Amino acid sequence: MPALPLHEAGKYVAAAYVVVFTLVLVYVAIMAARLSRVERELGELLSLTEQPSDPGDAQPGRQSQQTPDELDVGRPESSPV
Amino acid sequence: MYGRGLRALSFATVVTLCVTLALIFFYAPIEADQGFLQKIFYVHVPMAIVALGGFILGGLFAIQHLRTRDSRWDMRSYVAIHMSLIFGVAVLITGSIWAKASWGHWWVWDEPTLVSFLIIFLLYAIYQPLRFSIEDPERQARYASVFAITAGVFVPLNFIAVRLSTGYVHPRVLGDTSSLPPKMALTFLLALLAIALLFATLCKYEITAKHTRAQLSTLRRRLAGEHSSVYASRGRSAAPRIQPSPVLGRTKV
Repeated sequence: MPALPLHEAGKYVAAAYVVVFTLVLVYVAIMAARLSRVERELGELLSLTEQPSDPGDAQPGRQSQQTPDELDVGRPESSPV
Repeated sequence: MYGRGLRALSFATVVTLCVTLALIFFYAPIEADQGFLQKIFYVHVPMAIVALGGFILGGLFAIQHLRTRDSRWDMRSYVAIHMSLIFGVAVLITGSIWAKASWGHWWVWDEPTLVSFLIIFLLYAIYQPLRFSIEDPERQARYASVFAITAGVFVPLNFIAVRLSTGYVHPRVLGDTSSLPPKMALTFLLALLAIALLFATLCKYEITAKHTRAQLSTLRRRLAGEHSSVYASRGRSAAPRIQPSPVLGRTKV
């Protein structure tokens, strides 16, 4: 079969590269959606740690029974990025 | 941590991909027979090689999982196969586009290379439903590992069988880059490296994301209690289960 002219082959080549690019883009978009869900859940947990779990324990300077430090949450993970 | 080195790996992947694209369109010569259409070769073939390599890698990780019973190997096996399936979709679509332009048909059923790749792809397509159908995490991981090893052995056997067959029109590239002109061979090898780096980066992203979610889940359970209705379990999943460890940050994935 003779080689297709550039204007004809160009469409197929572009389609092939666009397919690969789109697949990677969709994957990254899914990962971004998951990341935003993790961020939202982390926000919920952060608000949970700020609420006193028992009114009797709500002393000045101690907001919750379990602070992030007690839960071994390391500074690099807990700090905003 | 699983995310260590991710930034450097991502950067290396982006740079290699950009250099490869520049080489493909501005450095590699136009092939005499296929013309400009041959440019599909630089994305289709490396993706096929990396996808098949990923399937074999998934089998090797599964062997490690069965040997050590460490769920981290199960996670690696799962992610390698999962990513290879995504790459497999790209291979099938780009191959079909190339076939249509080159042979005039979207698919040729009497071509062993195409059909064998489709068989392997369909074989691995049942991996996730298999995992999903088993509720017990231990059994799920064990059965998935056995499947990954068996299917992983099938990949090179299939490859050899296709090579031994005589009637084919699909060009042979692997192990025969010496027939390519030096400029084409260099571009092809760099494209292979770029696609392999993309595969490694996406696998690392996936594993890091799963690890982060596992840590978050452990933290949530500790804060809200195991039996809280608000933070109830999300039900069955095809992804490997996480084994919570007493110390957060060392969750086994």
